Amino acid sequence: MQALDDFRSSARVWLEENCPQSMRTAMVQEEIVWGGRRPHYENPESKVWLDRLAEKGWTCPTWPQEYGGGGLSKEQTIILNEELRRINARPGLTSFGISMLGPVLLEYGSHEQKLEHLPKIVRGEIRWCQGYSEPGSGSDLASLKTKAELQGDHYLINGSKIWTSYADKADWIFCLVRTDFDVPKHAGISFILFDMASEGITTKPIQLISGASPFCETFFDDVKAPKNNLVGRLNDGWTIAKRLLQHERTMISSFGLASGQSDRGGTTSTVASLEGAAMHYRGDKGKLSDLVLRDEIAQFKIDSTAFMLTSQRSIEESKQGQGPNATSSMLKNYGCELNKRRYEILMKALGSQSLGWEGEGFNAEELLVTREWLRSKANSIEGGTSEVQLNVIAKRVLGLPDILSMSKTNQ
Amino acid sequence: MALVLNEDQQMLKDSAKNFCQQSSPLSVLRKLRDTNDEIGFDTQIWQQMLSLGWAGIAVPETYGGFNFGYSGLGVVLEESGRTLTSSPLIPSVLIGATAINEIGSESQKLELLPKIIAGELLLALAVDEQATHSPSNITTTATKTDKTYLIQGKKTFVLDGHVADKLIVVTRTAGGTDKEAGITLFLVDSDSPGLEIKRTLMVDNRNSAQVHFDDVEVPSEAMLGEEGNGFIALDRVLDIARIGIAAEMLGSIQELFDRIIDYLKQREQFGVLIGSFQGLQHRAATMYSEIELCKSTVRAALAALDNPDLDRIEIAELASIAKAKLSEVYFLVSNEGVQMHGGIGMTDEFDIGFFIKRARVAQQFLGDATFHRDRYATLKKF
Repeated sequence: MQALDDFRSSARVWLEENCPQSMRTAMVQEEIVWGGRRPHYENPESKVWLDRLAEKGWTCPTWPQEYGGGGLSKEQTIILNEELRRINARPGLTSFGISMLGPVLLEYGSHEQKLEHLPKIVRGEIRWCQGYSEPGSGSDLASLKTKAELQGDHYLINGSKIWTSYADKADWIFCLVRTDFDVPKHAGISFILFDMASEGITTKPIQLISGASPFCETFFDDVKAPKNNLVGRLNDGWTIAKRLLQHERTMISSFGLASGQSDRGGTTSTVASLEGAAMHYRGDKGKLSDLVLRDEIAQFKIDSTAFMLTSQRSIEESKQGQGPNATSSMLKNYGCELNKRRYEILMKALGSQSLGWEGEGFNAEELLVTREWLRSKANSIEGGTSEVQLNVIAKRVLGLPDILSMSKTNQ
Repeated sequence: MALVLNEDQQMLKDSAKNFCQQSSPLSVLRKLRDTNDEIGFDTQIWQQMLSLGWAGIAVPETYGGFNFGYSGLGVVLEESGRTLTSSPLIPSVLIGATAINEIGSESQKLELLPKIIAGELLLALAVDEQATHSPSNITTTATKTDKTYLIQGKKTFVLDGHVADKLIVVTRTAGGTDKEAGITLFLVDSDSPGLEIKRTLMVDNRNSAQVHFDDVEVPSEAMLGEEGNGFIALDRVLDIARIGIAAEMLGSIQELFDRIIDYLKQREQFGVLIGSFQGLQHRAATMYSEIELCKSTVRAALAALDNPDLDRIEIAELASIAKAKLSEVYFLVSNEGVQMHGGIGMTDEFDIGFFIKRARVAQQFLGDATFHRDRYATLKKF
């Protein structure tokens, strides 16, 4: 206990000295740092904060020090997170390398692969994207058809991916490819890494209903990937793919966790809380006049508090070194459904001021609500639809029989 | 906040589970019902619970208890909920002993708590007056005479009212009908002249009564807490009780859900197990998720009761969160319990019916989901 107390005091002192003031405020969308070869720092202090954290390995506190991580124990990590929350510190770096690829490389990658890729993830030098979904493969991910053929010292890759988040901004991709077409679909998939600057790759952003284009179509035309970039065993990529999906769900549910506060971030903003917004737009003082909406908001806040407690409990229950398990599906599903509910309630709270698209008559925050409401609809589709998560819970957690086990699909 | 049980709490839970499954299975409640039992609980089982020390789990050692906290009492209630055990554990221990411990004078505590722990004294709380829970809405009056008070009025939904030795009666000594100020609590002997206690047969087959007070005379020393200032202390007792009831509900919900899943894994239709149907799988997965949230809210609320750093508003919020959430989910799972069992779920011979009956009583007791959502919104100032 003494050692942990010492760790807490030293972490607190370090954070006091090293976390810039502007990094102790609620994160705003434009200032999120994704790193990469072409990094963008809207706020210059973001770079200072990232570099200081990376120096200590605290962008990835639990990863081993030999790969650039912080080498912290689970207990120390919990303390570090508490101390970061205490000063309202922003994350120094947001990346798919940290939340998805890194954990599976640690589990399945070779020593050389870890040495090559992990330190760059820790420092935010390489930005990764995820090559999973294909035009014909949505929820039935394992039906993917992008082909990789071994030709001497490299694989030749042909095919296309869709819904590749930020493919146009990423430096490298972790990608599922088919390396055997003559076996059952799950048995012919491999997990491979390659540089997005390789010849033969094109990306095309997809415009969404919100007007934003976070996803791309990605095309591979005779792309060469070195043979050594295959992670794990040939044709055993599905195991790694599923493991990575669990990490992805944990990442997405943590977005839901953030929404557990029902805060949109700003503290002075009129839409900082659902009840605050509802009362503001009705001119109410003391008590929300729309009693039906009041009940709906209370129910939402109760559910989001219960969800937040459940996420905390799941962390307390997970043993040292043990990654996410099937409950990640429950948290992903519930967190995403909550987030969608939150935006629907926010729309009711703002009334017609939530319906603006652009231009005059609406302030910036109101316009953002419209766009974010539309964006939230993807929450229960990306990272495995809510229906897929419910299938996973039914089969893996509850042990219910699989009616499709002898047919073609198996999640 | 500790959301996972520690080793001692887990041991107590395991031993409570063992006892309830072995000695107090659901068949006991069925038998009490079928024999129109006059007491309404099995006195032998109650004696065994007393000898296990269950009545003193949350009571400080000074008054003969074990000072094991509400987290301890909570796991026992959870396990007793699994078997739908009917006993004085809720009226006398969770509510009665808590009221004495929270509100009583030193001499009242020294006199009454050891008796409750020994099983020599059964208590019942008489608070509700109308068909819905509304604890500040009190019309039962206590009028001061020379050295006594005269109580006039009526109470309903009084758990164990017909077997209790003393009633804790919430009265009004001043103020208008729905005012928190002016509320005073009294301890009233159940054999007092002018007191009429009528047992009411409830759908869950647990004890409840309606009580009429016709100038029931009580001495000043029978007052529990301060005159006119009873509400805040009462509300804290009610919050502890709401959290304890939520723990009991959690046990019942989990048992019910286990039975549903077992059934989905053995019942065949159209040549396959019905648990392979996606139409049922997704509903089961949804229930599972909601039950996980229930566990977290109950654990958090119980842990909060054992944490002296939290103030009464924080406790009140957690109590309303737990009672609202558990009421909603018990409603969901008890309805699905009948539906997913199909016709057999409608038969009296099958046990599922006992759960839906208990569910509705537990949902309403000390405030249903809407009551607690309204209260939560008020506590959150909107």
